[in-house]
Amino acid sequence: MTDRFNLYRFASPATFYPLAGRMIPWFIAASIAFGLAGLWLGMLVAPTDFQQGEGYRIIFIHVPASWMSMFIYLVMAFWAAIGLAFNTRLSGMMAQALAPTGALMAFLSLWTGALWGKPMWGTWWVWDARLTSELILLFLYIGYMALTAAIDDVRRADKAGGLLLLVGVVNIPIIYFSVQWWNTLHQGSSVNLTKSSMAVTMLWGMLLMALCFWMYSIAVALARARTIMLERERHTDWVKAELAGEQK
Amino acid sequence: MLKIILAVIGRDLKLAMRRQADIVSAIFFFVIVVSLFPLGVGPEPDLLRTLAPGVLWVAALLATMLSLPRLFADDHRDGTLEQLALAPHPLGIVVTGKVIAHWLVSGLPLALIAPILGIQFDLSSKALLILTGSILLGTPALSGIGAIGAALTLGLRGGGVLLSLLVLPLYIPVLIFGAGAVDATVSGLGGEGHLSLLAALTFASLGFAPWASAAALKIALE
Repeated sequence: MTDRFNLYRFASPATFYPLAGRMIPWFIAASIAFGLAGLWLGMLVAPTDFQQGEGYRIIFIHVPASWMSMFIYLVMAFWAAIGLAFNTRLSGMMAQALAPTGALMAFLSLWTGALWGKPMWGTWWVWDARLTSELILLFLYIGYMALTAAIDDVRRADKAGGLLLLVGVVNIPIIYFSVQWWNTLHQGSSVNLTKSSMAVTMLWGMLLMALCFWMYSIAVALARARTIMLERERHTDWVKAELAGEQK
Repeated sequence: MLKIILAVIGRDLKLAMRRQADIVSAIFFFVIVVSLFPLGVGPEPDLLRTLAPGVLWVAALLATMLSLPRLFADDHRDGTLEQLALAPHPLGIVVTGKVIAHWLVSGLPLALIAPILGIQFDLSSKALLILTGSILLGTPALSGIGAIGAALTLGLRGGGVLLSLLVLPLYIPVLIFGAGAVDATVSGLGGEGHLSLLAALTFASLGFAPWASAAALKIALE
């Protein structure tokens, strides 16, 4: 009938499961396409940085991973809010499906940052405000995953995890600013990331890689959500029909 | 409303007084952790003076954490919590009372004993004053934020470790401003700005955290 009707229809796992299954290949294909284009632009076309040499090229992984790690937490909090407000089953599953990808992105961002920092700053790690906040973000992801894993009752796990996500989202700005202020009090700005001008190809490479990470995250989250759906709804008829169909 | 809060505080304090060993052991945990640091890093007064604010504050966080699981667990076990949730007044009000009571038996003693430990670290009398003030101001926020974690992990296996995993990242701003106030005083910058922010954190968390913990308790009691 209307769009509203359709949205509600896909809030049910039984209808969302096949839809997600149909969407995943497209997102994977888009991720590969954007990834190839981004890597080509970033590795082959973009000019060598006159200060940082070839080593700067790690930002084509680093920056998209950092963006995704922050964005995924917001998306999880969004699903948590929907889940707590409307008591929908799918929201909690989506939040749980996104969490490992978010944690992976936070870890990737820290790791590539360390790899970049060693040749550029001469150290693997500095207690810079951004690095510290990213580390805390990783802790928040781990806390969420530990909490949901510790609760056997899935409905309670969803709700408790959702509440934790909302508390975390309120706290993230406070943590970020406190860390930033702590950093400026302790040491001067030892790290200055302001670039006077970024080559256009670099920017495009980074945007393409960001899109690649985006598509990858969606594809992986959907795939994970599908398995969560199967696991949780294993007593329902549609799952039995689905599994019987796959075995044929 | 105030009557309910006072009644809950009175009840929780009475219960805590029947089990003084719990309070005392948390305080001694604090004392022992703080005393371990000079043994670990060496007795140079300059080094200790630099370390003191951070060490005392981190130990205060851990000592507060230690008593958090019991905040709701006992009431949960004997069914009191369900009765409190069924009562006509909002659960958030009850939790506010419990948070204040928790602070009175965990945060307040830490603030009182901190100056003595500060002397061991060769802090000046002004720094000791700020240290006491910052712990007095900051620990209510710890009790408030901790209540959310305690409510979320209520009745879970491995609750204590999980609780620290959830709560410690959220404690970071309190740690930064609390230790920062003492640090700024030691280095002569003046810690008033930090103390103001610490007070802001405390009031914000005392205002909001009880309601978040009440929501978490309702999830746990379902």
